[in-house]
Parts: sequence; C-alpha cells; structure tokens
Amino acid sequence: MLTSGIPMEAFLVVSTIMFFAGVYGFLTRRNLITILMSVELILNSVNINFLVFNRFLFPNQLQGHFFSLFIIAIAAAEAAVAIAIIINIYRHFNSINVENVNEMKY
Amino acid sequence: MEITVHQIMFALFSAIILVFSVLTVTTRRILRAATFLLLVLVSTAGLYFMLNYQFMAAVQLTLYAGGIVVLIIFSILLTSHISQKFEPIGWKKMYFSALAAIAGAILCITTILQHNFQATTEAAKEIDMKVIGNSLLSYEREGYVLPFEVISVLLLAAMIGAIVIAKRKKKE
Repeated sequence: MLTSGIPMEAFLVVSTIMFFAGVYGFLTRRNLITILMSVELILNSVNINFLVFNRFLFPNQLQGHFFSLFIIAIAAAEAAVAIAIIINIYRHFNSINVENVNEMKY
Repeated sequence: MEITVHQIMFALFSAIILVFSVLTVTTRRILRAATFLLLVLVSTAGLYFMLNYQFMAAVQLTLYAGGIVVLIIFSILLTSHISQKFEPIGWKKMYFSALAAIAGAILCITTILQHNFQATTEAAKEIDMKVIGNSLLSYEREGYVLPFEVISVLLLAAMIGAIVIAKRKKKE
C-alpha cells in the first residue's frame, strides 16, 4: 500500500494543528476575508480527517470519500455566497472590518 | 531504520501544511495570507495523493486551489489595497485566543495518540473513476444519488443568490 511506513496518527496530528490554526485565525482576525480563509482551513482539515479514517480504518467502503467530496462542494457554494455578501458590505460601508459593520445589529 | 520516499514526502507536505497554515492566520498582509492558503491547499492535495485518493486530490486542486483561492484573491483585490497592513492585534486577545487554540490542540492530540484505532480486516476496495461515478449516481445501498441531487440544487441556489446579492442596485 502507498501509505506504508506512515502511521495514521501522523496524519491526524497534522490535521488537528491545521484545524486549531484555523480556530486561532477565526478568533483573532478582524477582516472578513481572512475570517473566510480561516473557515476554509478548518473545512480542509476536516476533509483530511475523513479521508484518513476512510483509508486506514474502512478501506472497503467509500463513505468518507464521498463525505469530503460533498464538503468541498458546500465549501465552494459557501465561499461564493460569502464573497458576494462581503463585496456588498464593502459597497455600503467602504470597509470590511468587522468593527465597522455594526449597523445590521439593531 | 530505513527512511522511505513516502516518509520523506509526508514530512515535506506536513511541514508545508503546518508552517503555512500558521502563517496564513498570523501574517499581517492579506495577499500573503491568500498565497499561504494556496500552498496549504496544494500540499493537502499531495497528502490525498499519498492516501491513494487520486480523484479527491484532483478535486482539491481544481476546486479549492483553482477555484476558491482565485475567488478570494479577486475579492481581496476588489476590497483592499495590496500594500495595506493590518494593525497588530491586542496582546490580550492574541494571548487568550492562542491559549484556547493551543489547549484544544493539546487535548485533541493526546486523545488521538491514546486511542487505539481498530481497522477492518476486509480487503481494500479499488477506487477508480468508474466506481466513483457508479456509486455517485446509484440509488441502491451505498449509493449517493440523493445528496448528489441536493447538492446540485444547493449549488444552483448559491449561484443565483451570489449574483443577486452582488448585483449593483439600480438608482431610481
């Protein structure tokens, strides 16, 4: 098999650190586009997890493979709608920092 | 212990992923963040190749690295100056966010390393394009035609919604 010599935990540790890098970015960033990029990091690490579990634990099935395929499709749809909203916000407020966009709160 | 080519490739890809995913969320220039994100996504496709999922790696390269990153870069160019630098974040926020992220990472990693994963003993399934296409459109057991159709409707709705939202309003 191609993955011989690499334990499953190595893949999982890599995807965990990627996930929490995304969480850190989501908490600290103030620009809407960089927040979107952090969300993409999180989704991508979840994808790695699904594929690794599929390959190492259940190689006779395809569930993880298709789940991550659908995650990628949903991420594409989400990115398209989010960027449309961000561009619209930029037209209204001339800025995409989250502190400046507080008129919709009330 | 002999080091194989696969281990070297895995070390390379995971080093790129780790370094650049941290840099993506910490760099103060937005276009650099997008470039680092592109590197992370491409080396993730490399990991998929190592897992022997060629179709997923191709989808990752075309959809994520080709589509979403280009979309993000275009919206960066539309909404901010390239030379613009973010203000440094306050130490309090940085400290507590880093604390939360590192604590969560340590918790998850210790749980992963302690858990004993049980693999099935059944023979591995050969995954080629024919198998993927057949099960994507099959409505029997282990068929995925319902989510496939739902996701096509979702993509259509997202496309129309994006056009309607981003369209400039007509002046009266």
